[in-house]
Amino acid sequence: MIEALELLTNTSLWAAVLRIATPLIFGVLGALLCERAGVLNLGIEGIMTMGAMAGWLTVYLGGDLWMGLVIAAASGGLMGLLHAGLTVPLGLSQHVSGLGITLFASALAYYLYRLIVQVGETPPTIVPFKPLDIPGLSEIPVLGPVLFSQTAPTYLALISVAVLAYVLTRTPLGLAIRMTGENPHAVEAQGLNPNALRIGAIVAGSALMGLGGAFLTTAAFNSFFPEMVQGRGWICIALVVFASWRPGKALIGALLFAFFDAYQLRLQTVVEGVPYQLFLMAPYVLSIVALIFVARRAEVPEALMAPYRRGER
Amino acid sequence: MRLERRETVPLALVATAPLVAIFAALVLAAGLIGAAGVNPLSAYAEMLRGALGSRLSITEMLTRATPLILTGLAAAVAFRARLWNIGGEGQFYVGALVTAWVGHSLGLPGPIGIAVLMVCGMAAGALLLAGPAFLRLRFGVDEVVTTLLLNFIVILFVGLMIEGPLRDPLAFGWPQSVPVDGDYRLPDLVPRTRLHIGLLFAIAAAGVVWLVLTRTVFGVETRAAGLNARAAAFAGISLPRTIMGVALVSGALAGLAGAVEVMGVTGGVTTTMSPGFGYAGIVVAMLAALHPAGVVTAAIFVATVFVGADAMSRATGVPSFIADVIVALSLLTMLVALLFTNYRLRR
Repeated sequence: MIEALELLTNTSLWAAVLRIATPLIFGVLGALLCERAGVLNLGIEGIMTMGAMAGWLTVYLGGDLWMGLVIAAASGGLMGLLHAGLTVPLGLSQHVSGLGITLFASALAYYLYRLIVQVGETPPTIVPFKPLDIPGLSEIPVLGPVLFSQTAPTYLALISVAVLAYVLTRTPLGLAIRMTGENPHAVEAQGLNPNALRIGAIVAGSALMGLGGAFLTTAAFNSFFPEMVQGRGWICIALVVFASWRPGKALIGALLFAFFDAYQLRLQTVVEGVPYQLFLMAPYVLSIVALIFVARRAEVPEALMAPYRRGER
Repeated sequence: MRLERRETVPLALVATAPLVAIFAALVLAAGLIGAAGVNPLSAYAEMLRGALGSRLSITEMLTRATPLILTGLAAAVAFRARLWNIGGEGQFYVGALVTAWVGHSLGLPGPIGIAVLMVCGMAAGALLLAGPAFLRLRFGVDEVVTTLLLNFIVILFVGLMIEGPLRDPLAFGWPQSVPVDGDYRLPDLVPRTRLHIGLLFAIAAAGVVWLVLTRTVFGVETRAAGLNARAAAFAGISLPRTIMGVALVSGALAGLAGAVEVMGVTGGVTTTMSPGFGYAGIVVAMLAALHPAGVVTAAIFVATVFVGADAMSRATGVPSFIADVIVALSLLTMLVALLFTNYRLRR
């Protein structure tokens, strides 16, 4: 018991929280942006897989790490464009299209990986992002190693939270996107094109999801392997509800989730006699429990999942 | 240009939609096969030969189709009522796990035992989906997320059980559950192949589901709930009761898939026994346009792609993931094809 509490004073735990949270932050921001514009994007799990593969492959084929992130975002955006094409102008079921995108994007990622990379006994590796010590700040005791000794994509994720929060709440574009998710007819009445806004939001959101995937292969690990996203995309969909569709709360949700994940990993080493699977289950169970508490109070965008066709109610 | 709803949907159009969708998916995937330096036409010929070229390959394909029919039915029943059950994979696994667990030491004669085990598998699957259905009805929790997350929880739970209480001591350390008693192995449908009578159970299940959906009050209520929930409620249909009923039926079908797979093919349970039967069931259901009769055909198509792609991959070196690509693409093309059966383009 004492040991379990002692873990909490370990700075490596808190540094791990931010690291584990990074792909979730990208993913939840991406899902949030899509849903704020009124479109559920269940393609997230596959888009993250695609981003993980594309980012890794770029670096493996000689690109630099930042190029990897750019390609990952672009490949995510491309998959998002496919989802947008099916759900916005065609108005197809967002549930089924999203699942289709997940199946397609992950299958395509595995296929291309196998096609291009010769896989032997162990998957080939790249040199991933190194932790970036921010001069001065990283020397602060406790806080330094936790906050200011992360890899570059983690800082990018934190900046993205602020940027998205600013754009959504403080700019005309953000207002238009939010209005598209609440009442697309009102957007049309303002002379704006709700479908164009939706397509843009889905592509941008999917690019963020692609970045989340790429973090896994270019910073957290150094190789790509099947099933590596492990439901992180689905967790992000749950986190959006938990965050009540707000970027700031999404960050808190991702950090909370990452804390439980990091803590259960370390608890496994000090608590004996409990099967490790129970620890691994805990984050998924907690996500469901969290949803039960917030679902009733959730401020769902009014027009979420309602396709918009001009002149139709 | 805009879309206009057709006043009547000709049956011929509904029947050709999946064919057009599959053709489009094969054309799109041909580009990827070409990228591997293989002629797509010879690759597809190789696939057909691999899945349908011999008696053995046909029986293998049908063995693969059996669980797909059941998970396809599970998805079709749920989606008709707009209950988004994405948890077929988890329901498959609990059905399989409970069957192996109960069937290992059930002191009943063969046929009765098999029937009892099928009911056990169905009950397990139904209960697993009843949870998310309850959470949706009582707390408004979206079932997409809960059913998806339960898939991960269930597979971890299966891992826990087969490394612990249900571990097979005779499996040489390989994590596998104890097998079902030999009396409860389903008899072969074709001698000296893996094809078992579970295929007949699956086809019978499709028949029963079709009858229930078209000939009973419950069937009409599920359709109404799916088409327009508010109108259905206004017409006096109890939405919670209908949704819960649909959840129990859908979960039971996916659980049955797990039970039949254990009794028919694997004997015991492993965490890798399903190559995504639950998720592929969603594709099967959509290709069938959610019609129970179409589910059998659609499952045979998906099984043909999977079994054929393995053989084609061995022969040509094209990665076998092409099967997943084709199946996923046919889901997307089918969605578009379905749109144009219900709508037409107008200038």
